[in-house]
Amino acid sequence: MLKILKYSIFDLLRSRWSYVYFVFYLILGFVLLFLNNDVNKAIITLMNIIIVLTPLIGTIFGVMYYYNSKEFTELLLAQPIKRNKIFIGQYLGVSLSLTLSLVLGIGIPFVLYGLFKSASIFDFGLLIVVGAFLNFIFVALAYNIAISNENKIKGFGYAILMWLFLAVVYDGIFMILAIKFQEYPLDKFALTSMMFNPIDLSRTLILLKLDISALLGYTGAVFKEFFGTSKGLLTSLFILCLWVVFPLLRIHLKLRKKDF
Amino acid sequence: MRFFKKYFFLLTLLIAFTVKSQTKTITVCNTCDVKSIKDGIDLAQDKDTVLVKKGIYNETRIFINKSIHLIGENFPIIDAENKTDSVIAVKAKDFSISGFRIKNVGLSYTKEIAAIYTSHCTNFTISNNIIENCFYAFIMQRANYGVLTNNKVNGHAIVETSAGNGFHLWKCKNMRIEKNTISGMRDGIYLEFVNKSFISHNKSENNIRYGLHFMFSHHNEYHHNEFKKNGAGVAVMFSKYIKMHHNTFHFNWGTASYGLLLKEIYDAEIVDNVFEQNTIGINIDGCNRITYKNNHFVRNGWALKFTGGCYKNIFEYNNFMHNAFDLSYNSRLNDNEFEANYWSEYTGYDLNKDGIGDVPFRPVKLFSYVVNKTPETLVLLRSLFVDIINFSEKVSPVFTPDNLKDKKPLMKPINPIQLN
Repeated sequence: MLKILKYSIFDLLRSRWSYVYFVFYLILGFVLLFLNNDVNKAIITLMNIIIVLTPLIGTIFGVMYYYNSKEFTELLLAQPIKRNKIFIGQYLGVSLSLTLSLVLGIGIPFVLYGLFKSASIFDFGLLIVVGAFLNFIFVALAYNIAISNENKIKGFGYAILMWLFLAVVYDGIFMILAIKFQEYPLDKFALTSMMFNPIDLSRTLILLKLDISALLGYTGAVFKEFFGTSKGLLTSLFILCLWVVFPLLRIHLKLRKKDF
Repeated sequence: MRFFKKYFFLLTLLIAFTVKSQTKTITVCNTCDVKSIKDGIDLAQDKDTVLVKKGIYNETRIFINKSIHLIGENFPIIDAENKTDSVIAVKAKDFSISGFRIKNVGLSYTKEIAAIYTSHCTNFTISNNIIENCFYAFIMQRANYGVLTNNKVNGHAIVETSAGNGFHLWKCKNMRIEKNTISGMRDGIYLEFVNKSFISHNKSENNIRYGLHFMFSHHNEYHHNEFKKNGAGVAVMFSKYIKMHHNTFHFNWGTASYGLLLKEIYDAEIVDNVFEQNTIGINIDGCNRITYKNNHFVRNGWALKFTGGCYKNIFEYNNFMHNAFDLSYNSRLNDNEFEANYWSEYTGYDLNKDGIGDVPFRPVKLFSYVVNKTPETLVLLRSLFVDIINFSEKVSPVFTPDNLKDKKPLMKPINPIQLN
């Protein structure tokens, strides 16, 4: 597995897209800090971008890599290597190279602008962790879609739809339900619905540390308990882990029966 | 003749001195003839000075009913040993109290007891005292022309029900509360039925309820005060003709905190204040004819939140910067005027370069309208979906009041300030 992982990473590092992605984040980081000159404010803007963009790029990269390396994968499958190891190795390769681009691309400008001296190092760390999680989650989801669809166009379509659903439509549905049922106590419903969407979950996780905690505590005791204590942070991180584990399990199950 | 003149001068001088020496100074210390403050005051007459030297005095119920000056030298300590009696009680006019360190006034659920308690007093000064761990620090009732200045109040209040206020004024007139520091009390400054008074240059922080709290107090002026990290910020209610300017309200950040809570305030002026990082910058409830000018709203949850009918308020030349919500408005009717403010969210353009944006700015976003209806949707704050619906509402307003807009939004902030 390590060999395949190594091969995937080097393969991706040789490809242009990793560098484009890395340079994009690098420029973004520098521009944000140049315009704001305040690490704290830059983090909020950066969060908006990471929450939307990381899942999108993770999804597209994941699907693209699967379809592109399909022939090579089939060649590997002919060898006496376990299926699981091949796919998990590839998956980790893609996720790790994307995460590397993200961490370096954003980390370098922030470190140069004196991140270690500022108090917001914890917020920044959280942002990076969440970004990494989103990469792992969405590459896994994309792999799921790609494995289930032989047709490239269909696979791409479903992947983009999935991103659109989780990034935009889900929130819309939640809002409509919340307005429709506003007479009922909604705080538990609101919290659980945030758990079922990795994008929302990461957003709340970061806002927890920024501004949402005080605003939300205003609305009810459940929020106050969840957002006011470290319980919220731990629960959210744990559920993000589950969001990585479950798609991987599905890949594992799917691979057992799949006919190549 | 000349000789006589010379002596006449000396004689008048002598008379002047003897008259002056009729107002005597009584010194109180542990080794003096007079060992307790109470005895010192008993010996004194109108216009005398009681000078208390450094030391520890375990006294309560020190009663002053004559026009004397009670002065502490090098902060003598009066320790009430948690007895439930006021330490100094005054019912007099033309007196002053200064330079004491008063400690440990016990708490009572039935009596109003304070470190310094005055009733029916006029023309007095209470200054440079340090009050520590006391139930109430100062209670003034029916006072007139009093000056309270440079006092430090420090408490360890934990729950509202068993804590007292720093400055508690009831039915007073023409008071000046200046340059005091108050922390750890229930309310920093509490005023009820206090008119024509000036409250300035005070610092009120970490109080468990309000930094400043006043009710039914008209024609007062509050300026250059700082209110920081108070449990619920500052609350002002049922008052007319007040002026609040150059105050700082910051870091009142919590689940039920306001920078400033206005309830039924009429004809006020709120000018040149700074509201920074409060959950709600100003909560405006049923307030009419108020002018808000030159205020800075920086990084608040809500900069302004309207609840209840508010009419004829004018907001001009304010800076709204980086608030999660600039404005939350509860009805579709608007009778308030927003003009020439700076909004950091404004994305319009200025083609003729006159510093005024060419497109009006709508401070009420659709999301803030939704949150107002169902607060739980707040978990969607900063999500992509919310940005999209806000944008569509901005293009064609359906839910938010149509005339609630700043027709002349400014392109650059006014008098930018350096915040920490």
